[in-house]
Amino acid sequence: MLLNVDNLHAAVAEGGQPILKGLNLQVNPGEVHAIMGPNGAGKSTLSSVLAGREDYEVTDGNASFDGEDLLEMDPEERARKGLFLAFQYPVEIPGVSNKLFMQTSVNAIREERGEPPLDMFDFDEYAQSRMSLLNMHSDLLDRSVNVGFSGGEKKRNDMYQMALLEPKLCIMDETDSGLDIDALKVVANGVNALRSKERSFLVVTHYQRLLDYIKPDFVHVLYDGKIVQSGGFELVQQLENEGYDQIIQSHKSGQ
Amino acid sequence: MTDATQYQEINDLLSKNQHYKEGFFTRTAVETFEKGLNETVVRAISAKKNEPEWMLDFRLKAFEHWKNMPEPHWAKAEYEPLDYQDYSYYSAPECNQCAVGEDEPSEQEIDPEVAKAFAALGVPLDGSGDSDVAVDAIFDSVSVSTTKREELSELGIIFCSFSEAVHDYPELVQQYLGSVVPYHDNYFAALNSAVASDGTFVYVPEGVRCPVDLSTYFRINEAKTGQFERTILIAEKGSYVSYLEGCSAPVRDTYQLHAAVVEVIVHERAEVKYSTVQNWYPGDEDCEGGILNFVTKRGVCEGAHAKLSWTQAETGSAITWKYPSCVLKGDHSIGEFYSVALTNRRQQADTGTKMIHIGKNTRSTIISKGLSAGHSDNTYRGLVRILPGADNARNFTQCDSMLIGNQCGAHTFPYIEVENPSAQMEHEATTSRIGEDQLFYCQQRGISEQDAISMIVNGFCKDVFSELPLEFAQEAEELLAVSLEGSVG
Repeated sequence: MLLNVDNLHAAVAEGGQPILKGLNLQVNPGEVHAIMGPNGAGKSTLSSVLAGREDYEVTDGNASFDGEDLLEMDPEERARKGLFLAFQYPVEIPGVSNKLFMQTSVNAIREERGEPPLDMFDFDEYAQSRMSLLNMHSDLLDRSVNVGFSGGEKKRNDMYQMALLEPKLCIMDETDSGLDIDALKVVANGVNALRSKERSFLVVTHYQRLLDYIKPDFVHVLYDGKIVQSGGFELVQQLENEGYDQIIQSHKSGQ
Repeated sequence: MTDATQYQEINDLLSKNQHYKEGFFTRTAVETFEKGLNETVVRAISAKKNEPEWMLDFRLKAFEHWKNMPEPHWAKAEYEPLDYQDYSYYSAPECNQCAVGEDEPSEQEIDPEVAKAFAALGVPLDGSGDSDVAVDAIFDSVSVSTTKREELSELGIIFCSFSEAVHDYPELVQQYLGSVVPYHDNYFAALNSAVASDGTFVYVPEGVRCPVDLSTYFRINEAKTGQFERTILIAEKGSYVSYLEGCSAPVRDTYQLHAAVVEVIVHERAEVKYSTVQNWYPGDEDCEGGILNFVTKRGVCEGAHAKLSWTQAETGSAITWKYPSCVLKGDHSIGEFYSVALTNRRQQADTGTKMIHIGKNTRSTIISKGLSAGHSDNTYRGLVRILPGADNARNFTQCDSMLIGNQCGAHTFPYIEVENPSAQMEHEATTSRIGEDQLFYCQQRGISEQDAISMIVNGFCKDVFSELPLEFAQEAEELLAVSLEGSVG
């Protein structure tokens, strides 16, 4: 199993408000899981806790990644072991070129794998080879990280980073929010292009639109910090037709 | 205190301050004057250097003036008034004494301990180092070695210590000493004029393009010793020179004073690039014992189309008080100031520039990047002055501040005085913070927090570092990384 989340409880670090309240989730290599849920269910918190953001504190439960205790690791350690987070809002870093940023990143991950660092020339070659995969413009590499990028370009850049880093698990943190249909396709194409038997995805989203393009293997509904229903792709259809209300109501009456 | 216990104590201090790798102390036989400052001391310094009468007169005039001046405290930096009687005003490695006043100090006469110290700092004195740089190495009060002088003299370039210049080129020194920074200019300039220890003298004759970078490396070694170097750089008509300065000092537990004066004279169509990478010891966690860096640097663009460019990367010192300035006298002359000042812990920096536009169609550019971390305070203070005769003068100023953490301060005091309506002034300023979001984004891509900070900071400083000569730019980047260690979290 690649990711095993067991009875995970997490609270806001400042204030202690509980958000995740006993979440369970198992992801095997090669599987694509979708996490859906209404606003405030804890979707983004789940992504943040898995990636190691300090804004949240784990109060109970476990999470293992590739057999290791995920919650013990620093964020950079998690990244180096193959956990990738596609951001809802990719961050701008003025003055730092995308190329330098990604070379540093790729080499940090290569070091973890025991591979020699790529010099400028080797990295360039590698970067070019991955460009075509995502129809990227090469000028994107020379620009500062995400500075002056359109919403779509930022997402494309995140997908490109994902392609360069070849992670084991990609967490898409509501990466589709606020995107137009073209940008949405960029994200979906990125995911589909990188799908493989070894690589797993956790697609966290509010809308079913993105999932129409990605077609996840498993769909989970997150509500009030717990997964209240799981199923296959047909669950997406059901949600589209009926909304979250019915599931929430039946969950509440079942308590 | 015996030498052995002093040595032990310094080693202990060093282990506490490992991040300042230049903090080692060199044991060498030294001649150091008794602490204290009075007319006798001024005379003794002059006598020690066998100086001619006019030089002694200059010192005494300055000393008389200094005695009646108040110590300035207007900078945005807190420090207790200094006890000037508690410093020694002259210190020199003894072995070198034999050379002072004689014709040509040859390399064999350098104290091997001193040579070792410079080698450890990456400043080889045997000429084995980078072949594109000529070096003048200054150890406490004296210049211990100047490399490549023969090669330079073939082109008519004079590159020697200030003391030698007083003996060998008295006319030039008399003509220019105090011509840009008069002895009564300010408190620390007056003090420097009185007790100037050594420094560098550079003269580039008409039409000569200096083929190598000229460089001075300042090293303060003795405890409780002030370093008061005087540097004069003259670029004759149509000449070009690039000059670099590097500074460091051992780890000490009491403030050390560094009050230098630099005078640059740029004649018609000449160009001078003056770069500084300053890494004086900043003191311990509370900045106790760091260097007080009170420096007056000023250049004058005498002739038409002259160009003077100051570039500085300031990462050290407990307190920095420094405003490299350009007096743009010649028509069409150009002044530039590129600065990165980084403060961490409890460091205080009050630095900036003055651009005085006198000639017509003069232009000046100011790009200042201030970085504050820890509990430090970082101030940009700049003056742009357009005099009535300076028709069509232009200035562009950009002041960017970056805050790292939430305990530090960034301040900007831009003074603009315009007395000619045809002037064009532009001023841009920004303040930003390295955000948790940026750091997390980098970490999520496998980049450690420390690497992320230095990457973001170097990105912020790129406009200035691109102005530094290549090796210096790299050194400056590394210095920033070291100086920022432990600044977050």
